[in-house]
Amino acid sequence: MKVLVAVKRVVDYNVKVRVAADHSGVDLTNVKMAMNPFCEIAVEEAVRLKEKGVATEIVAVAVGPKEAQEQIRTALALGADRGILVEAADVQPLGVAKLLKAIVDEEKPELVILGKQAIDGDNNQTGQMLAALTGMGQGTFASEVNVADGSVKVTREIDGGLQTVDLKLPAVVTTDLRLNEPRYASLPNIMKAKKKPLDMKSPGDFGVDVTPLVKTVKVEPPAERQAGIKVADVAELVDKLKNEAKVI
Amino acid sequence: MSVLVYAEHDNASLKGVTLNTVAAAQAIGGDITVLVAGAGCGAVAEEAAKIAGVAKVLVADDAAYEHQLAENVADLVAEVGKGYSHILAPATTSGKNFLPRVAALLDVQMVSEISAVVNATTFQRPIYAGNAIATVESSQETNVLTVRGTSFDPVAAEGGSAEVENLSVSKDAGVSSFVGEELAKSDRPELTAAKVVISGGRGMQNGDNFEMLYKVADKLGAAVGASRAAVDAGFVPNDMQVGQTGKIVAPQLYVAVGISGAIQHLAGMKDSKVIVAINKDEEAPIFQVADYGLVADLFEAVPELEKLV
Ligand SMILES: Cc1cc2nc3c(=O)[nH]c(=O)nc-3n(C[C@H](O)[C@H](O)[C@H](O)COP(=O)(O)OP(=O)(O)OC[C@H]3O[C@@H](n4cnc5c(N)ncnc54)[C@H](O)[C@@H]3O)c2cc1C
Ligand SMILES: Cc1cc2nc3c(=O)[nH]c(=O)nc-3n(C[C@H](O)[C@H](O)[C@H](O)COP(=O)(O)OP(=O)(O)OC[C@H]3O[C@@H](n4cnc5c(N)ncnc54)[C@H](O)[C@@H]3O)c2cc1C
Repeated sequence: MKVLVAVKRVVDYNVKVRVAADHSGVDLTNVKMAMNPFCEIAVEEAVRLKEKGVATEIVAVAVGPKEAQEQIRTALALGADRGILVEAADVQPLGVAKLLKAIVDEEKPELVILGKQAIDGDNNQTGQMLAALTGMGQGTFASEVNVADGSVKVTREIDGGLQTVDLKLPAVVTTDLRLNEPRYASLPNIMKAKKKPLDMKSPGDFGVDVTPLVKTVKVEPPAERQAGIKVADVAELVDKLKNEAKVI
Repeated sequence: MSVLVYAEHDNASLKGVTLNTVAAAQAIGGDITVLVAGAGCGAVAEEAAKIAGVAKVLVADDAAYEHQLAENVADLVAEVGKGYSHILAPATTSGKNFLPRVAALLDVQMVSEISAVVNATTFQRPIYAGNAIATVESSQETNVLTVRGTSFDPVAAEGGSAEVENLSVSKDAGVSSFVGEELAKSDRPELTAAKVVISGGRGMQNGDNFEMLYKVADKLGAAVGASRAAVDAGFVPNDMQVGQTGKIVAPQLYVAVGISGAIQHLAGMKDSKVIVAINKDEEAPIFQVADYGLVADLFEAVPELEKLV
């Protein structure tokens, strides 16, 4: 079974981003970039499926700038077999989903694993859109994935608890935090990854128009909260909550 | 303009977040139609018809919609939603699951988790874990949006008398089926709707110690939440996670106990009216957003808090 994983290059999760002075976006100059944490979980799940003998080949796909090769190399070092980078900047989720659909049509994977959300755009859309465009079933926010007999059972983290669905293959899965704990790439595997194939593509190769449909008018910093006061003990805290803030 | 609002419910009763979503629809303007899709969901439709400001309720009552499977619901909403200028759903795990699918079926770029309506085509939404607020413009034929419930005050549940129309569509996409669910049972208020929330973090050390928080919560009528670290460590179930990738809460009072205040956690609670932090490390970042900070060992402070409230 072939597995496709989508990996996105994003600002490292430890970075506190700042809004650009002209309010056109966030300032990403000299900011540390990394693979989206949910995509690391997606790669790990694919690698575990391969280790179990369920998956036979893992293809890592990114849509992004040339530098996103780094994130594909990371996926290759973690165990993916080859990579595809579609070079394009600021593609919105529908555009990414259309590119992934074109790649799915060529590669015909049985399973596509994506992160549930990218920690920059926080959209939480791409996997669901890809599932719609391909007509596949979708197991979003997965905390457990079991492939057997032409279908995949996915346990999903939902607001009220957990839900399990059964999807016909091919299917789309998006990862939640508890699906697995990603491994680190070893040095020998990082070296080996440099020799694995990585195809460079452009949206034009797939005849996909990725013009943004939603326009960003401006980006502003959120209202700042002021730090309040320190109270000496629990009695003072309760007094403040009752008599000053009047919230209990 | 005409707005279609997707109702969130459990087939028995309407979820409160639907009222916040209708509020966002009102801010957009135009006629508001509520779509109730489920199985045996007649009572929900009746409730929806009473919501203030709703002109019409559409009901799709069929086994295919019983468990809100995204594949089936999305086909329905894409079909029904075609004539509307806006399609809205709450930004819950249900709305986040099926609405992007609807948008793709309609060839529309969706706008996720709006926190404000500037005008009918311009919206605000948090990005980068709430460290930036983007104002975006979407003038597509159909604008597809999820709504952050805590950013809109709910409309009145009563006062309306909308006409109810039954739809005779029923479609099972045939690619997915429901296997089972494990839903948390709790007599406490729902996390995203509670007026008071008490959350525990890694500092709680184990699941049993959360009992201390439950006791305080029960005295205050509060809901109990947690940090990701507490959920990952298995202290409490996933549905209690507050944060960028968990639930967004904005209660009157949020009490963070043994939580350091990582940006991903703050993203889920910093719009709370009053924030209290109890932490033994006076340098913990949570104190930078807390109205009242108590530097103390939680194992002493929390039992005392229970006595005094
Ligand atoms: C004001 C603003 C400025 C922005 N500036 C930039 C910028 O300078 N550079 C930039 O790159 N983005 C930028 N973006 C973000 C970009 O527009 C979003 O990343 C895009 O809309 C995709 O949304 P998402 O990643 O949140 O998707 P989600 O739907 O949250 O992503 C879910 C999953 O889909 C997959 N996926 C998504 N996108 C890709 C991809 N490109 N390649 C492979 N897999 C993918 C991943 O598995 C990911 O985990 C900006 C956004 C805004 C609002
Ligand atoms: C992709 C991604 C998504 C994430 N999403 C979320 C999310 O949605 N929600 C979320 O919460 N996190 C999220 N995180 C994790 C986040 O970065 C932090 O790791 C997490 O919030 C830390 O939890 P904590 O504060 O409980 O633990 P810690 O950071 O370990 O803090 C524990 C605190 O308890 C205090 N403490 C210990 N013992 C005591 C005591 N006896 N008395 C008083 N205080 C004590 C300590 O001083 C410390 O400040 C995410 C991370 C990533 C990478």
